[in-house]
Amino acid sequence: MAAKKLSLKDKYSLLTRDLDWEFSYQDRKEAFPFEEFEGIKITDWSKWEDPFRLTMDAYWKYQAEKEKKLYAIFDAFAQNNGQLNVSDPRYVNAIKLFLTGISPQEYQAHQGFAHIGRQYGGVGARVACQMQSLDELRHVQTQVHAMSHYNKFFDGFQNWSHMQDRVWYLSVPTSFFHDARSAGPFEFLVAIGFSFEYVLTNLLFVPFMSGAAYNGDMATVTFGFSAQSDEARHMTLGLEVIKFLLEQHEDNVPIVQKWIDKWFWRGTRLLSLVGMMMDYMLPNKVMSWQEAWEIYFEEAGGALFKDLARYGITMPKYAELVEKEKEHVSHQTWWTFYTHGHAAGFHTWIPTDEELDWLSEKYPNTFDKYYRPRWELARKLEAEGKRFYTKALPQLCTTCQIPMLFTEMDDPTQISYRDTVYKGERYHFCSDGCCDIFNDEPEKFVQSWLPVHQIFQGNCGGPGVEQVLGEYYKMNLGADNLDIKGSPDEKRWKQWKGVA
Amino acid sequence: MTIEIKTSTLEPVRNTFAHIEKRFGDKPATRYQEATYDVQAETNFHYRPYWDPDHELNDPRRTALVMADWYAFKDPRQFYYGTYVQQRAKMQESAESSYAFFDKRNLVDALNDEVKTQVIRYLVPLRHVEHTANLNNMYGTAYGYGTAITQALLFDGMDRLGVAQYLSRIGLLLDGNSGDALNEAKQLWMQDPAWQGMRALCEESLVTKDWFELFLAQDLVIDTLVGELFYQQLDRKLSAQGGQDIAMLTEFMQEWSKDTGRWVDAVVKTAAAESDANRVLMTGWIERWRGKAAEALAPLAEEMLGAEALSEALAELDKRVAKAGIQ
Repeated sequence: MAAKKLSLKDKYSLLTRDLDWEFSYQDRKEAFPFEEFEGIKITDWSKWEDPFRLTMDAYWKYQAEKEKKLYAIFDAFAQNNGQLNVSDPRYVNAIKLFLTGISPQEYQAHQGFAHIGRQYGGVGARVACQMQSLDELRHVQTQVHAMSHYNKFFDGFQNWSHMQDRVWYLSVPTSFFHDARSAGPFEFLVAIGFSFEYVLTNLLFVPFMSGAAYNGDMATVTFGFSAQSDEARHMTLGLEVIKFLLEQHEDNVPIVQKWIDKWFWRGTRLLSLVGMMMDYMLPNKVMSWQEAWEIYFEEAGGALFKDLARYGITMPKYAELVEKEKEHVSHQTWWTFYTHGHAAGFHTWIPTDEELDWLSEKYPNTFDKYYRPRWELARKLEAEGKRFYTKALPQLCTTCQIPMLFTEMDDPTQISYRDTVYKGERYHFCSDGCCDIFNDEPEKFVQSWLPVHQIFQGNCGGPGVEQVLGEYYKMNLGADNLDIKGSPDEKRWKQWKGVA
Repeated sequence: MTIEIKTSTLEPVRNTFAHIEKRFGDKPATRYQEATYDVQAETNFHYRPYWDPDHELNDPRRTALVMADWYAFKDPRQFYYGTYVQQRAKMQESAESSYAFFDKRNLVDALNDEVKTQVIRYLVPLRHVEHTANLNNMYGTAYGYGTAITQALLFDGMDRLGVAQYLSRIGLLLDGNSGDALNEAKQLWMQDPAWQGMRALCEESLVTKDWFELFLAQDLVIDTLVGELFYQQLDRKLSAQGGQDIAMLTEFMQEWSKDTGRWVDAVVKTAAAESDANRVLMTGWIERWRGKAAEALAPLAEEMLGAEALSEALAELDKRVAKAGIQ
C-alpha cells in the first residue's frame, strides 16, 4: 500500500490539531480559566491559521544548527579578544543598555508566552505561543552569552540581574513588560505579539543589531542575524493573532483598538531609549531616530494599518503627535541621561564636533534651535572643570515611568505635564497618552513601583543618592557611572590600544 | 611536539557576572551557570496580575513547597537553550532515520494484525496523554519559580509535544497517512471504557493548581507508570508477537525517558532533602497521585498486559521514590 503524500498543512494539522479534546470529567473552564474576563469573544478556535507549521523535530533541528554556528562565533570572538575591534569604547555603553534594559524583558516575554501557551483554549494558538516562549528564552540566554566576554573587560555589565528590578530608568522597560504580563491573555498577545513584535520590533531590533554591525561588534551582530528568523516567526504570529481576534467577533474590534492605542503609546515611550542610543551612543551611526521612525513606523506601519482598516481598525491614537516628537525625543532623553550621568549604570558624554554636525544635518528643524546650545553650554562647563550633574531626583510619569523630560510639541521649551486625581490622590504624567492609560485602568497603575517615590519613601536604602546607587542598585561607583572621560573603561581601552 | 599559536592575552577585569561570582566564586563560569542562575526577576513587581491578584507576577507561593534557594534545582544535564536543542537534534536525527527506514522498507506490511491493533489501541491514544503532559509542564514553566527549574520544565513541555507528534506519526505510518488510525485512537480515548480512567486522570491534572504537586503527579508518578507499562512492558510484548520493528519508532521515547528521568530524580531528591516539611508534603502528594494513577491505569494495564503488569510498574515507581529519599 503506497501511503498518500500529505501537504505540510495537512500533516501539521493531523500531528497537532487533534490532540485536545472535549472534557467529560472536569469543567474545561477550570483548566482554561482566563479566556473570558477581558470581554474577548472566541467563537471557534479551529479557525486559527497555524502560522509556522513547525513540528518539534524540525524545530530542534533548525535551531540546533543555528546555535552551533552562533556559539562557534562567540568562542572565536572571546579567543581573539573581539572587543578590541569595536569602533570606540563609547559603543560598549549601547550594549550595556541592551543587557540591562532589554535582555531581562526577553525573559519576561518568555514567561508571558509560557503563561498564554498554557492558557489558550485552542491547541494551535497554544503551540505557537509555546514555541515563542522557548525562542525568547533562547534570546535572553544567547544575549547573556554574547555579553559575557564584554563583562570581563568593561564595567557596567556585571550586575544586570540585580539591577533589573531596581534601577530607576530600568523600571521603564520592566514596568512595560509587567503591565503586559499582568494583563489578560489576549491583551498580552496584542501588547507583545502585535504592538511590540510586529509594529515596533524593527525599531528596537534593527537599530541595536545594525548598530553592532556598524561598530564592529561581531558577537552582538551574530546574535542578531541568528535571532532574525525567530523574529520573523514572532512577527507572523503577532499579525495572525490580530486578524484572528478581529475575525472571531465584531465585539472584539473596540477592545483590540483600545489595546493597540495603549500599547502603541507605551511602546513609543519605551523606544525613546532606543532613539537616544541611535543618535548619541553609536559612534558609527546607522541612521537617525527620525529616519528609523519614518521608515519603520510611518511607511511600514502606515501600510499595515491601511490593511487593517477593513476590520474597522484605525491608526493608533496620538500617532500624529509622535510624528512631531520624532524630531525631539532622542535629544531630550540623552540630555536627561547626561545630566543624571552619576546615577546611570553606563557612561555618558558630550557629542563630538562631528557628531553635533551630524545631528544638525539630520534634525534641521530642531537641533540647532533647541539642542545644540545645551551641548555648547555643557562643553563650556566641562572645560571649566564643572561637568554638570544635577542634584535633584526627577519626577516620574506614573504610567511610563520616564522622568518628566518630554516637552510640549508646540513649545519645545515647556515640559509637558498632565495630572489626574484618583481617590483623593494626585498622579502625574508626561503626556495625554500616559494619562489616558492611567484613567482607563487606575487600579492597576496606582500600584506602579516608581523608583523615585520609593527612594523618598526610604525603600531603596539611603538616605543619600550615593547609598541608593552603591548599596541598593549595587553600581560600582566611579566605574560603572559618570562620564566616559576619565573612566576605568576609557583608561583600559587606551592601554590596550597603546595610546596615552 | 605541540604547536602553540600566539595570541594577544589581555587580563580580564573580572571572571563573570556579580551574581554568579557570589554563588560560585571569582572564577570563569560555565555557560549553564550564566544562562540560568538569578535570571528571573525577584522583587519590586509593579502590578498584581488581573488573572491572579493574590500573587505577584513571579511568586514562590504558587506552591506549598518551600525552598530557601530555588536555584538548588540544578539540572544534572546542564541544559540551557543551546545545549537542549543540540541534544534533542541528535535524538531526532536518529529517530528520523528510523522512521524513514520503517517507511521505505514498508515495515508496516510486516506487522501482523494483532500487533497493529494493539499499536492503535494502546500506543496511539497516548498522544493525548503526552499533550496533557505538555500543558502540565507549561504550567510549571509559567507559574514555577526560579529559572533553574522553570527552564527544565519548558524543555520537558516541548519534548512532550514532540513525543505526541511522533506518536501521531506512528498512527500515520499505520493508516497510510489517511488519519484513520488517529481518529480511531481518539474515539478510544473519548469512549472506550479501558481509557476513561486515564482520560479522567489527565483532566484532573489539568485543573490542579499547585505547580510542584502537578510536577510530581505528571513527571514522576504518571510518567514512571506510563513509561513502564507502555514503553517497557508493551514493547516487550509486541516484540514477542513479531512487532519488534515498532521499537524503532519508540526508541526516541525510551531514550527521552532516561534523559529526563535523571533531571526529575534530581529535583525530587533536592526538594525532599530541603526540609522535613517538604518531605511530608511530597509524600502526601505522591501517595495521592499514585493512588489515582493506579486506579486509572488498572483496567488498561490488565487488558493490555495482564494482571501483574500494574503492580510491577508500581514497584518501579516505589523504588524510584525511595531512592529519592521519600518513604
